[in-house]
Amino acid sequence: MIMNIVQALNSALDVMLANNSEVLVFGEDVGYFGGVFRVTDKLQKKYGHHRCFDTPISEGGIIATGIGMAAEGLRPVMEIQFADYILPAYDQLVSEAARLRYRSNGDFQAPITVRAPYGGGIFGGQTHSQSPEAIFAHVTGLKTVIPSNPYDAKGLLIASIECDDPIIFLEPKRLYNGPFEGYHDRPLKPWAGETDSNVPEGYYSIPLGKAKVKRAGSEATVLAYGTMVHVALAGILESGVDAELIDLRSIVPLDVDTIEESVKKTGRCLIVHEASKFSGFGAELSALVTERCFYYLSAPTIRLAGWDVPYPHAFEWDYFPSPKRVAKSLKKLLEN
Amino acid sequence: MLYFTAIRYKMPESDSDKGKHQRFFIPEPNARPGDTPDFSQLPISPVGSVARPQTSASPETLRDLPFKLIRTLNEDGIPEGEWQPEITIAVVRKIYEYMRLTRIFDTKMFRVQRQGKTSFFLASRGEEALGVVPSIALRANDMCFPTYRQVGWLLARGYPLVKLINQIFNNSDDPLKGKQLPVLYSARDFGFYSLSGNVGTRFGHAVGWAMAKAYRNSDDIAIGFIGDGTTAEGSFHEALTFASVYKAPVILGITNNQWAISTFTGLATNKDTTFASKALSYGIPGLRVDGNDALAVYSVLEWAADRARHGHGATLIEFFTYRSGAHSTSDDPERYRPKEEALLWPLGDPIERLRQHLLTSKAWSEEKDGQLHKMLDKQITESLKEAERIGVLGESKPDVREMFEGVFKEQDWRAVEQLKELGL
Ligand SMILES: Cc1ncc(C[n+]2csc(CCOP(=O)(O)OP(=O)(O)O)c2C)c(N)n1
Ligand SMILES: [Mg+2]
Repeated sequence: MIMNIVQALNSALDVMLANNSEVLVFGEDVGYFGGVFRVTDKLQKKYGHHRCFDTPISEGGIIATGIGMAAEGLRPVMEIQFADYILPAYDQLVSEAARLRYRSNGDFQAPITVRAPYGGGIFGGQTHSQSPEAIFAHVTGLKTVIPSNPYDAKGLLIASIECDDPIIFLEPKRLYNGPFEGYHDRPLKPWAGETDSNVPEGYYSIPLGKAKVKRAGSEATVLAYGTMVHVALAGILESGVDAELIDLRSIVPLDVDTIEESVKKTGRCLIVHEASKFSGFGAELSALVTERCFYYLSAPTIRLAGWDVPYPHAFEWDYFPSPKRVAKSLKKLLEN
Repeated sequence: MLYFTAIRYKMPESDSDKGKHQRFFIPEPNARPGDTPDFSQLPISPVGSVARPQTSASPETLRDLPFKLIRTLNEDGIPEGEWQPEITIAVVRKIYEYMRLTRIFDTKMFRVQRQGKTSFFLASRGEEALGVVPSIALRANDMCFPTYRQVGWLLARGYPLVKLINQIFNNSDDPLKGKQLPVLYSARDFGFYSLSGNVGTRFGHAVGWAMAKAYRNSDDIAIGFIGDGTTAEGSFHEALTFASVYKAPVILGITNNQWAISTFTGLATNKDTTFASKALSYGIPGLRVDGNDALAVYSVLEWAADRARHGHGATLIEFFTYRSGAHSTSDDPERYRPKEEALLWPLGDPIERLRQHLLTSKAWSEEKDGQLHKMLDKQITESLKEAERIGVLGESKPDVREMFEGVFKEQDWRAVEQLKELGL
């Protein structure tokens, strides 16, 4: 069935609510209303308000409560309305969810799934546009999953809910209703007709930590996730460079084998993310590539990222990495 | 040690989970779309029935106040009871004028967003008194830590309309230089603290600002606001702890407009209590006031400000009101609450009620009222035109270099290099 990302996520939750009475779905405005992005639409009606419900506006409270439920044995799936608003819960995620199993030596664990729309391109300004993946990737004990299309979104969300580790599931909100290559002045595209928009209605899962080669190529490797997968692909096509594009799908666990294999083959690597560059996840990727592929590299790895500024409303398209910048970076990568 | 446990599937549930989780309580509002709104259980005191204590009264003598509702204007627009403010008709007219200006501004700008001239807008319909009255009741040097629904504060202090719209358009004359979402203003010279999209986080700043004033031995005070829904955040409770521990000269206001996007107040607090009563556990006074009664709002603010200025510490005030419009331009309230709920709100419309009050005095007439409306409408139409001439969102914007300004006081090498990458 053709689905957009919102529908695919809704379908994943639907399947899991149906299969497992220990799965609970909650967050701000997710119950009756079905979420501000409609990801939990109709789930309360279908499964009752004990399975899918609204919470107080308290991100710290949402995550703390979820950890308690998960420690008891339930499988809470929590929505944080925007990834930007996860910060009041950061202590719960870092000091509690990430370490509960380790510090109790397996006595307790916190199999929570925290869903949050992230990323820019929607004129959301400073607090509806950020990409906070790096601050989670840095925390050992948390897994961070970022799909880029409807098929992956559903399969990865199901795998996340089934996973016994705490998961930060970041949803590229700019891709919810259609793919976006960064051409903001072109008409909106729907998911229908795109590869990966054909989504099975029933259960399936995609293992966490397996990257996907979106495009095979020989001259350079491009690493991306979420919205930037689409921007990177457009940039590759603009550049004319025969680049291999890898959609990481989850940054923790990271499919380092696929990255290594590709970079050793191409000898060049470009990393693209929306978040600010300095200490962004690209820094980790770049270090790994250098450590593992140093003698295969023909050029220094390039990181293309958001500028080191807060997300600036009026300058959305000056900030948001564009296909043009991807193409320019690829050409630079090939200069050496 | 078994670290990896395969998930154990339980029996699938049927469509309804009725009866299976009786012990698990989930609150629900009493009306959703299609239901008839029922406000009969609202804790509303009769007009003029609440006694007004001395502003120096000790908190333990005030413990009944958070469960009452302070009201002054009766059904005919005539003030009653001890909480009638000492206020001149000129000040009442000023309040009325700016409340109307706020409504016209909101209505027009909402439409402007719908026309695609900006990305986002948020109105204060039904809550105009909560921006305008504090702005007028407090002093020029007092600082307000507002919610996003209090543009009336700025309007009542004469903030230029064109400048406000320039911010909404993020155009080349935007006072915030394109860095912030529309309506998240900042205007220090007008006593208006910088807004941000994340709710609640500035409530504690109001306390800190007030403590700074106390440290300087000034009698300036601060006023902070938070939405009903946002009282669930830790920042609300943290601010109250600090305010009460340090007897900070601050007024902490809750704008209880009954809704937090689609979420009713029963999810922010237990239905059997009031927001104002949270003050009790912190040992500070808690007042509950009809937020649609501008005179009552003025009066409680004077009371709390007097306490704060005279060293009696913080007051928590719940402004009991109703968000009669959508949460924002991204919202459609008909999806989660009865359409007619706003019209049935038992405490009426704040502007209409003040208008009625004004009309009982000789100073006001239907004719003057009509002229006022025309004048305000014209003011806004002209300001809008002027701002549109500068440019709506996307047509005109500040210099891109602005994107890197203000991250640090002085730019480091990153900004320098990144500007170069942008070709600047
Ligand atoms: C920390 C944080 N969490 C969630 C949100 C999303 N959000 C924006 S407004 C809002 C509702 C706030 O309701 P309330 O506090 O009652 O204020 P009102 O809008 O009714 O004035 C929510 C949940 C946010 N902006 N910040
Ligand atoms: Mg509210």
